[in-house]
Amino acid sequence: MLKVRVIPCLDVKDGRVVKGVQFLELRDAGDPVESAIAYDAAGADELCFLDITASHEDRGTLIDVVTRTAEACFMPLTVGGGVRTLDDIRTLLLAGADKVSIMTAAVHDRSLVSRAAEKFGGQCIVVAIDAKKVSQAHEPDRWEIFTHGGRKPTGLDAIAYAREVTELGAGELLLTSMDRDGTKVGYDVALTRAIADAVHVPVIASGGVGSLQHMVEGIRDGHASAVLAASIFHFGTYTINEAKQALADAGLPVRMDA
Amino acid sequence: MNIVIIDYGSGNLHSAHKAFERVVRDQDLRMTVTLSSDADVVRKADRVVLPGVGAFADCRRGLDAVAGMHEVLDEVVHKQGRPFLGICVGMQLLASYGREYETSQGLGWIPGEVVKIEPDDPALKIPHMGWNTLHNAHPHALLDGIPTGAAGWNAYFVHSYHLKAEHPSDVLATTDYGQPITAIVGRDNIVGTQFHPEKSQKLGLAFIANFLRWQP
Repeated sequence: MLKVRVIPCLDVKDGRVVKGVQFLELRDAGDPVESAIAYDAAGADELCFLDITASHEDRGTLIDVVTRTAEACFMPLTVGGGVRTLDDIRTLLLAGADKVSIMTAAVHDRSLVSRAAEKFGGQCIVVAIDAKKVSQAHEPDRWEIFTHGGRKPTGLDAIAYAREVTELGAGELLLTSMDRDGTKVGYDVALTRAIADAVHVPVIASGGVGSLQHMVEGIRDGHASAVLAASIFHFGTYTINEAKQALADAGLPVRMDA
Repeated sequence: MNIVIIDYGSGNLHSAHKAFERVVRDQDLRMTVTLSSDADVVRKADRVVLPGVGAFADCRRGLDAVAGMHEVLDEVVHKQGRPFLGICVGMQLLASYGREYETSQGLGWIPGEVVKIEPDDPALKIPHMGWNTLHNAHPHALLDGIPTGAAGWNAYFVHSYHLKAEHPSDVLATTDYGQPITAIVGRDNIVGTQFHPEKSQKLGLAFIANFLRWQP
């Protein structure tokens, strides 16, 4: 049986982990490669690097981080943040990323998704969706795509957009609720479920996880195939194994042999 | 002893290269691991690895674009019987035909065809992406020390098409995704995995170690 996936996500800026990974006794908590090796050993099912380097010109450090991670960790790696062109995708894949996540560039030019899927195979093209609820309390739920960390509305309906990018060839969706991101009150389960049920590709739930029960809800009620979390793992609130055990206790299939 | 991973422009070979090097180092094997797109280098290889990412037809075209590669593979693997491992689309290319986007010919070493996974259950997402166990395995040297079955170790899969082999005896292991999906094929000195050993952590490294020691 296919297992649900637990994915720690590291924010990387100028080649360094933002805020650092604090639960592990790392020599250098800011080194993404060392953190990746630790999460590999801890049983993470995949890793995600999100590059938040301000300048496109400074991406060389990210490529170096990806290369060194791929040399040391024999597990799937998704890399996103600032990906704009087919060349950006090619460079990351050649450096050792298994999947590349695109966000803003796909909002502005949907053909990037189809061109990337055609060129590299849809299985390695993840479209990241940042969505916010825009409906009023008395209205049916409606979510809209936002860019710039949730500040800029696009007018695009999240469900229609999710359908569109998967039809264009995206192999997976990384869905973040911008209402919940950083709140620790749980994933937006209604949003996750609405998107997961609308598409045929796996959906990764992200944004708002604060407890192990939230992860269970994301998968069981939100119909996500994977859960992504950052701070609860980095700050040692929970270990990867505790997350997996909670999912297993809820009757969900997890990989415990790592 | 020289292991050659064939580089024919199909995606990233960095991970595969590093995984093989890691196993050689960990197991203290006297082997070198080379990435090459040169048919003459493949001709001298003691063991051959054919990776592959993307669409079947694209990979086939990529392989055909390397002068003499098809002939050398036939000679080295099929006629001389040197150990061969195909990974993902490199495994699918062993089939007679691929039906992804268009019908194209495979190497035909494992009779069968590569078709889209079509689960009856709409909750099963395509691609089949993530960790899954190996089942109904025929005993095989490449699975030595690797627990199979529902409580066994997991391998990392990411694919939308799968190889349907004509002869059940060529299927060394399946994985369950609403239906049995071919996970490993093998015949004589040839094996192929739908999953990615180079991304499968413990299982992957054990599988690669078995391949490097295999005496078919």
